[in-house]
Amino acid sequence: MRRAYFKNNWIAALMVTPQLIVVFTFFYFPASQAMYWAFTLEQPWGGGNTWVGLDNFRAILSDDLYWSSVWLSIVFALGSTALAVGMALILAIFVDRQLAGYKAYKIGMIWPYAIAAPAVGLAFRFIFSPGAGIMMFVNQVFPDLWNPVENGTQAMAMVILAGAWKQVAYNFIFFLAGLQSIPRSLIEAGAMDGARTLRRMRDIQLPLLAPTFFFVLVINITDSFTDSFGIIDTMTAGGPSRATNLMVYKIFNDGFQGLDYSGAAAQSIILMGLVIALTFVQFRYIERKVHYT
Amino acid sequence: MAQISIRNVRKSYAKQEVVHGVDLEVATGEFIVILGPSGCGKSTLLRMIAGLESVTSGDITIDNRVVNDLEPHQRGCAMVFQNYALYPHMTVAENIGYALKVAGLPKVDRLARVQAVATSVGLTEFLERRPGQLSGGQRQRVAMARAIIREPKVFLFDEPLSNLDAKLRVQMRHEIRRIHNHIHATSVFVTHDQQEGMTLADRLVVMNKGVIEQVGTPEEIYHRPASVYVGGFIGSPAMNFLSGQISAQDSAVVLANGAKIPLPVPLAAAHDGQFTQIGLRPEELALVPAGKGAFDAAFEFAEELGAARLYHFQFEDLMLTVLSADKPAVEKGKPMGIRIGAGAVHLFAADTGKRLSAKVGSRERELV
Amino acid sequence: MIERTPILNIVTHLILASGLILLLLPMYLTIVAASHTLNDVIAVPPNLLPGDQLWVNLTEAWTKGHLGDRFLNTFIVAFGVMTGKIVMSCITAFGLVFFDHRLKMPIFWLIFITLMLPLEVRIVPTYAVAANALLPFQTLLDLSGITWLISAVSGIEVKMEWNLLNSYAGLIMPLVATATGTFLYRQFFLTIPEELVEAAKMDGAGPLRFLWDVLIPLSRTNIAALATIMFVYAWNQYLWPLLVVTDQSYAMVAVELGRLVPKLSATGGEVPKWHIAMAGTLIVMLPPILVVIFMQRWFVRGLINTDK
Repeated sequence: MRRAYFKNNWIAALMVTPQLIVVFTFFYFPASQAMYWAFTLEQPWGGGNTWVGLDNFRAILSDDLYWSSVWLSIVFALGSTALAVGMALILAIFVDRQLAGYKAYKIGMIWPYAIAAPAVGLAFRFIFSPGAGIMMFVNQVFPDLWNPVENGTQAMAMVILAGAWKQVAYNFIFFLAGLQSIPRSLIEAGAMDGARTLRRMRDIQLPLLAPTFFFVLVINITDSFTDSFGIIDTMTAGGPSRATNLMVYKIFNDGFQGLDYSGAAAQSIILMGLVIALTFVQFRYIERKVHYT
Repeated sequence: MAQISIRNVRKSYAKQEVVHGVDLEVATGEFIVILGPSGCGKSTLLRMIAGLESVTSGDITIDNRVVNDLEPHQRGCAMVFQNYALYPHMTVAENIGYALKVAGLPKVDRLARVQAVATSVGLTEFLERRPGQLSGGQRQRVAMARAIIREPKVFLFDEPLSNLDAKLRVQMRHEIRRIHNHIHATSVFVTHDQQEGMTLADRLVVMNKGVIEQVGTPEEIYHRPASVYVGGFIGSPAMNFLSGQISAQDSAVVLANGAKIPLPVPLAAAHDGQFTQIGLRPEELALVPAGKGAFDAAFEFAEELGAARLYHFQFEDLMLTVLSADKPAVEKGKPMGIRIGAGAVHLFAADTGKRLSAKVGSRERELV
Repeated sequence: MIERTPILNIVTHLILASGLILLLLPMYLTIVAASHTLNDVIAVPPNLLPGDQLWVNLTEAWTKGHLGDRFLNTFIVAFGVMTGKIVMSCITAFGLVFFDHRLKMPIFWLIFITLMLPLEVRIVPTYAVAANALLPFQTLLDLSGITWLISAVSGIEVKMEWNLLNSYAGLIMPLVATATGTFLYRQFFLTIPEELVEAAKMDGAGPLRFLWDVLIPLSRTNIAALATIMFVYAWNQYLWPLLVVTDQSYAMVAVELGRLVPKLSATGGEVPKWHIAMAGTLIVMLPPILVVIFMQRWFVRGLINTDK
């Protein structure tokens, strides 16, 4: 614990006030507002909101469309996370061998971090468009093989690929940093013990990367719940026939298109709960993480 | 058991050479300590023997086989790292037995050998713990055990004791020596701690700035340092240095203020007129009343060491240290005579820093 | 380390090269599409080599998407988010680390929890706040009865309103309202040795002096890292500007991208102008890519420290 402090606490108060105000305005107030809406219903003819208890939640939870969006979000989360984490892990562990060209590989794998979700969405929508480029050619050779505009499964596959592609760079950065924080002497000790490159990856590097791996996994899942909006909106707008209508997109639609604030708020609260739960799981795990000595 | 030869080995990183042509022969079963300040290239040399660094030029042979291009595990070396490098996710038993596991030894044999080695270093109670749950000394033992279990031809130690506190360091030093006496593996031990080096080594290698300054038994190195650098580096408190000119006529070194330090005739004759650095070990000087010694110096202050005291004097513009068990009456600023013991004088050439001996080019004669 | 693994090295290069190709391919196809006419883009078999229309398409995308205006807006917002975040995180973390107070940990947690819920999750209620940024305070006053008290005593009806829709403030403030930077700064301040504080006290420097003369110069790399991350974050914002901006003179680039091609649901048989859309995508991607590549070292370090 620190001992050296400044005494003028009023300066401290002055320092933290701006952030407290902003956080209250744009975070705590909206969150409590969401609570308020979730438990009330706006009267159709005006006259404020009436308390309806858990009715909004009941309505959502008995709505098949809601459950389908939950299910789709899970498919998207698992699909894009598995692809993005798997690919980033393989790339990072081989980049970490630091063979010739190491720096070029590193930059080549980091830059996609900079790209906005809608830009990724647009590029992938073009690449997978049945009416242009490569896929059009494929469709001419094998008629009607590929049409994400009408086939929901294909549309989901397409957004998963785009989502995964966007996430690889981020994961790669963390895996590489994790690998590089493993003390060099452990790898050398492994080499002295007779373990060759692949064996060392399996016995030393991968086990020691476990905390990073878990961290990245959780971040990817939470990000896929929240960050997918830009991709979905530019690529499929939730279609075809709601086949890619993920939770965050449905909230946006119900709230701003359908103007059902109460329903959207209740859905937001469930999503917030989910994200917070995942974050706590992560904290619990990180506390038990391996310490290098 | 193996014999190691290092022949004209150099190491460069990018354009910078850090080891400039090192030659060294290590006999089978010998305990060699490479001693030097940080950045002198001693760890690099050790890591080249281990195969963790490539050799830029020259050859390293183990048992007459050039190992330059062999991978670390093919060389039959085991290494104890400075920070121990224990695998944090494995238990002590798994750490010790990992090399055997990689080698594909059946589990039963492995456990038996882990058990045996753990017993020999006193770790049996800790086999199921992880490194994070051990004290510094225990970790050190695990690192040793991990090396011992492979029954290596060569043991390499990279400053393994520098992370321990002083008391534990002495204890582990004894332990390492005990283990060496027991298994007699050829050992190369790198350290910057001269006491560690002196006590452990069969032979000591003193390195500085990428070259070997001297190789010899600890006794030889202490009594006959080959250069100013070795003289100043080995021995605590450090050697005093004065400069002067050799005069064959006086059979002495004449200091700037005219004081004369007597030399053996043949030595003075061999280097008449040469400018020299005189090395005087504090423990070989004695305090006498002013005018009775080789020269006088003004007393500054003393340090109590318990069994003896360190007396610091001002001589010309230099500080001079004398180690004495006697308790002469001293007073600040008052001169005392300094008597130089027989055989206490080490002469080095002022320009090259190399030791001067009676007959240049042939075997040195003893000074006295 | 001496290790001869020729086969594994080849395999390594193969794996890395194919990974690189997978990551670069979409970019390449985008460039190819952006350098052809629409007819060539939808030709069969597809053109896999760049054409000569790149400059034409880029200029058309630039004018058609009003990218000049959008770039200006986006730069203003990105700059606002960057500075706002850096200044606020710095002083908040300073207040939390170098002073001792009972409320210290509660305040830290109050701010830290906001890390968990990104804007997307709480978009609906946040939007309501943007329509009137003083609504939270009005509600506080209403609930505590102060509004009633004031109107009863003075007859003045307290009505606070500050509409943030279609304004830079509305675009910037909610993006600043998270704890990422605060956390990064706190981590950094915690590594500052106590002796430094003590030395500053001995030298007679007060807290603000210490902040200005010692902490800010020391946190230069921190600032670089945070600036990079925030620039990319703000530049790439999509959902929030989509909602807050209805007056196109405040529109941002990422939202404009979404408009270059009609929504999938509304395509209706007409072929989208892919060549222009891809050219626009390239232009919009460029600034953050450049920033990330040039600031690589700092931004990687910052990213890892914020999230861990």
